[in-house]
Amino acid sequence: MDNYEIFVSMLGSTVRLSIPLIFTALAGLFSERAGIFDIGLEGKMLASAFAAACVAYATGNAWLGLLAGIGISILFGLIHGFASITNRGNQIVSGVALNFVAAGLTVVLGQAWFSQGGRTPQVPNGARFDPIILPGAEAMRHVPIIGPLYSQVISGNNILTYIAFLMVPLSWWVLYRTRFGLRLRAVGENPGAVDTAGISVTWLRYRALIVAGFLCGFSGAYLAIAQSAAFINNMSAGKGYIALAALIFAKWKPVPVMFACLLFGFLDAFANFMQGKQLPLVGEVPVQIFQALPYILTCVLLAGFIGVARPPKAGGVPYTKER
Amino acid sequence: MKKTLLSLMALAAMAGTALAADVKPAVVYGTGGKFDKSFNEAAYNGAEKFKKETGIDYRDFEPTSDTQGEQALRNFASRGYNPVVAVSFAWTSALEKVAGEFPDTKFYIIDSVVDLKNVHSIVYKEEEGSYLVGLLAGMKAKSGKVGFVGGMDIPLIRKFACGYAQGAKAANAKTEVFQNMIGTTGAAWNDPVRAGELTKNQIDQGAEVIYAAAGASGLGVLQTAADNKKFSIGVDSNQNYLHPGSVLTSMVKGVDLAVYNAFSDVKNDKFAAGTQALGIKEGGVSAALDDSNKSLITPEMLAAVEKAKADIIAGTVKVHDYMSDNACPM
Repeated sequence: MDNYEIFVSMLGSTVRLSIPLIFTALAGLFSERAGIFDIGLEGKMLASAFAAACVAYATGNAWLGLLAGIGISILFGLIHGFASITNRGNQIVSGVALNFVAAGLTVVLGQAWFSQGGRTPQVPNGARFDPIILPGAEAMRHVPIIGPLYSQVISGNNILTYIAFLMVPLSWWVLYRTRFGLRLRAVGENPGAVDTAGISVTWLRYRALIVAGFLCGFSGAYLAIAQSAAFINNMSAGKGYIALAALIFAKWKPVPVMFACLLFGFLDAFANFMQGKQLPLVGEVPVQIFQALPYILTCVLLAGFIGVARPPKAGGVPYTKER
Repeated sequence: MKKTLLSLMALAAMAGTALAADVKPAVVYGTGGKFDKSFNEAAYNGAEKFKKETGIDYRDFEPTSDTQGEQALRNFASRGYNPVVAVSFAWTSALEKVAGEFPDTKFYIIDSVVDLKNVHSIVYKEEEGSYLVGLLAGMKAKSGKVGFVGGMDIPLIRKFACGYAQGAKAANAKTEVFQNMIGTTGAAWNDPVRAGELTKNQIDQGAEVIYAAAGASGLGVLQTAADNKKFSIGVDSNQNYLHPGSVLTSMVKGVDLAVYNAFSDVKNDKFAAGTQALGIKEGGVSAALDDSNKSLITPEMLAAVEKAKADIIAGTVKVHDYMSDNACPM
């Protein structure tokens, strides 16, 4: 196997590993740009993965599973909103609470319904998002350079992957080219000014959380019924936090968010790939080093290379209309 | 006279219940969870079999983190449960402590050795079972490339990998074996997404058969192999039925039998401390053949497995035990 093929295989892996991060980081983008810290991304992702797996298993339809995932994720977003917007609670506390609720509730319900130790039963193939082979993928396979790239990286992904990459320009367009986006960004910087203009801060922030819930629902569904075929205890495994890191890394901008997520996905793929490989001069490197690499690199990049990450000014501050 | 007889009978009955009450079995599973369709589920099946046959109920506990095992073991022992079966290597140090505190309770540990007077340790010669499935994998893989995805990176799992590699190379000396481990913490038993990704990597490198020794994470390996129309090998329990036509075979460890025997030995007052190593000869490990994988195994493959079994029992084929020297010659 030559180096180019290895590279292409790694790119394919990168794409698969980045998708949940992209959805989740975009979700975080909407809520944080509106001034609501969303540490509960992890919980939303987990809850939607569970809902998606349950419904897809029960109905045999992947789209209904996706819908259920989105529904639960939005519900979690609304609870977060009720605690932190309506009742002006601490956003971090509310988000962390939601993470705990999701981690506990999914296992308890899963155990009660399916008694498989909190897992859902395997979702049959028809009820999952299967890979889509784009036209000509087989024919292109043997074309040098572009062939493997097209057949292994661009083709052969499931529909959610393509949706994720569509969501990036769409998010950009919504945030920077629509009235809603302008107001949303304003409410994260200076909610007082938005209020003075006669726009409801509360309703705007709720809408941001609904959009975030919608996007986060995709990531959960991707984990449970596209990438794997069942819900497993704590299957989000910290991806929500990594997405949050990617969001900060990308300075709260949609297109850099995509690249940050791809970078994190690539590091993960690289770690998977380098396991047990011989390196020139050094010999076999312990797998732990490669598994730690993404985190080390994150620290280094965050510390030295991207400059000051400036969050939305009103982030984390509940809006009080009048003193 | 009649009265004495009656009271004698009552006494006998009481003695009977007192004897039966001595057996209050309890099981502490590993962190993979009771229904992992693999290692822990095998233990559960053994316990259920005992319950069905004797009508004696048992208690069990599913620790969700590595720190809960000790607490669970102590809890069962202090409430008079006997025997207490620890179903994971992860409870080794916990059991050393707890077994010392409760010298009258009988303990069993599976997959590890605790050298105390009231502990019976059961270990398996996984290298022998893995050798058999490795042989099948080596014969099945036309490309001469096979893969291994392990759960947590510990000597026990390396032992699986080493036996597997040896078997695959016995089938074809040029077989290339890819090896990956999912992680270094208990979470590695529950990460099917990473397991699937590692499997995909190996498939991209040309692997045709991938052996999963990874608890619940193994389900991700089996799924990915089925999605990519390749073969996989299950572990601990018979997993052939999960994806018929794609799961080539399963390396079955008789964990169910071990738990069942543990319960009934204490019931029959036949507890003996010490270590038991179960291999092919003792029926502790095997390669599963049933209706789900019948079509995948050719008569030549079957014959080769039978021959390997006989050779291992006779001692003409020696499968290397990784844990004996922490190194694999392959």
